[in-house]
Amino acid sequence: MALLTHLFGKFANAVVLLLAVLVMNFCLIHLAPGDPVQVIAGEMGGASPEVIAALRAKYGLDHSLLEQLFTYLGKVVHGDFGYSYYFNQPVLGLILQRLPATLYLAAASLVIAVLIGTVLGVISARRPNGLLSHGVTVLALAGHAAPIFWTGLLLLLLFGSVWPILPVSGMTDVVDPKTGLAYAADVAKHLVLPSITLGLVFVAQYSRLARVNMIDVLSADYIRTAHAKGLPERVVLVKHALRNTLIPIVTVVGLQFGNLFAGAVLVETVYSWPGMGRLVFDSILRRDYPTLMGVLFFSAVMVIAANILTDLVYRLIDPRIRAGAR
Amino acid sequence: MSTMESRLAMAQKPVPAVTKVPKAVSPARAALRQFMKSPSGVAGAVLLLVLIAGTIFGPWLHPVDPLDIVGMPFAPPDADALFGTDYLGRDVLAGLIYGGRATLTVGAVAALITIVIGVTVGALAGFFGGWVDALLVKISEFFQVLPPLLFAMVLVTLFGPKLSTITVAIGAVSWTSAARLTRAEFMRLRDLDFIKASRAAGAGNLHLILRVVLPNALPPIIVSATLAIGTAILFEGGLSFLGLGDPNTMSWGLMIGQNRNYVLDAWWAVTFPGAAIFLAVLAVSLVGDGVNDAVNPRLRRR
Repeated sequence: MALLTHLFGKFANAVVLLLAVLVMNFCLIHLAPGDPVQVIAGEMGGASPEVIAALRAKYGLDHSLLEQLFTYLGKVVHGDFGYSYYFNQPVLGLILQRLPATLYLAAASLVIAVLIGTVLGVISARRPNGLLSHGVTVLALAGHAAPIFWTGLLLLLLFGSVWPILPVSGMTDVVDPKTGLAYAADVAKHLVLPSITLGLVFVAQYSRLARVNMIDVLSADYIRTAHAKGLPERVVLVKHALRNTLIPIVTVVGLQFGNLFAGAVLVETVYSWPGMGRLVFDSILRRDYPTLMGVLFFSAVMVIAANILTDLVYRLIDPRIRAGAR
Repeated sequence: MSTMESRLAMAQKPVPAVTKVPKAVSPARAALRQFMKSPSGVAGAVLLLVLIAGTIFGPWLHPVDPLDIVGMPFAPPDADALFGTDYLGRDVLAGLIYGGRATLTVGAVAALITIVIGVTVGALAGFFGGWVDALLVKISEFFQVLPPLLFAMVLVTLFGPKLSTITVAIGAVSWTSAARLTRAEFMRLRDLDFIKASRAAGAGNLHLILRVVLPNALPPIIVSATLAIGTAILFEGGLSFLGLGDPNTMSWGLMIGQNRNYVLDAWWAVTFPGAAIFLAVLAVSLVGDGVNDAVNPRLRRR
């Protein structure tokens, strides 16, 4: 019951935040220099005053700002996020169409980051001054400092020309389209480089985090107790230590979802991955404001969803919070 | 302030007959001394100084305009152009020198904006608490919901790719962590005895915030400022890479963004500016770690 109340509070908060994002979107568009109608007219290659007036009426720009704001909010509630000037289709459809590709990329990168990061961190924690431990420190520093689009381009250079064993562009083989299982394998092959590029940044962070936490956890009393009970090393490490090391990592994964998404924009641009990031790049290039604003709103939705999900997972793996919630 | 208080407290204790009076060392000097003991911190500082010196004195050694076409496009590195030429035939080395000025300046100024906003918000929230805190926390929460880099992209697209817009946009989207940190420090400090004493002595809120609490909250803020420079440099790079760089000002990010489609023809035009960003952020992080160890001895990492 407590959980339900808690979740309800989270959702109510989410609605308020999203509403605020929408209002800010609206204000930004109107604060920005330049008239959206002029932009459209420019895209059309110039337009007569009559056409401009007609466009103004079509987009409701002849009403007062407050009226326009409420019209905008009303439309959004009905799932209408506007119409993309450049792609010539509704923004919502455009985003939903690109969403899966970005989710594949984000999920693959997260798996790589959490898996490799935790393993590296845990192993290196057993010898805090060992070679691997120093390696993790160096990796964490390098992973933070290397611009993600640069690592991407270097990997593209490596696997695109020096040692061409992996596809470096797109999501599927355009020349030789596949179906069924072969299609999935094709996508997976195209996913390797983008997800490694995106994952690497987070491998660096998580391994450092896992290492520091594991060192803390391993010196805790309950680990000594577990050893004293005569439990095998493996059981102590996995059942007792790892579980408690994972908690901060889960928190960080949740908190960093926004960064993961922003990173995806850059990575998708490097590898022409047809997701939302690529959509952002195209809409920046064409100054397609409705699409850009739609993506910004959707990223907020995803960040909030990730936060709520993190909160739930957190409760699942940390018995103290579960006990507190009861 | 705190050192004076503690010295006062010490003076009241009974003093043994023979004591060595420790020489008074200012906290800043003590921190500097501690910083010099960290090899990686010093290495980072040296690297950073070399990069800054390169962008300041580079033009004397290599007087080439980074926007001038000096030769054939895609000329590989050779004696004429040490780092090759880009897709328009512009000198990459000149781009690195002048681009560094823009990138490092954007990094420093954007970090300054980040810290000023973050510290102001965090200080007000932490110091006053109550509804001020609730409101400011809500605003920070709003900013945390939007991915900073994506938000910056939207702002720069809307308000135009100028160096000033880019700098302000980066500062405007990345202040939340500095605010959170400052708020926590202020909440911890505001109820301590020496603050109460100042208040009892009649100090006003502004005086308390700026002259009493803030100096004691500075160590973590300095660390966070250092790290903010690195993030800002990466953001400038990311924005320029997406075509949101100022086309009239060469920057490291702009070089990568403009040449990225030709990476298979001219690796040098992308690899060198990327390496420059990498080194700059690495240097700043190393300095940040060193400063952290110097000012927060309690938190010294294993």
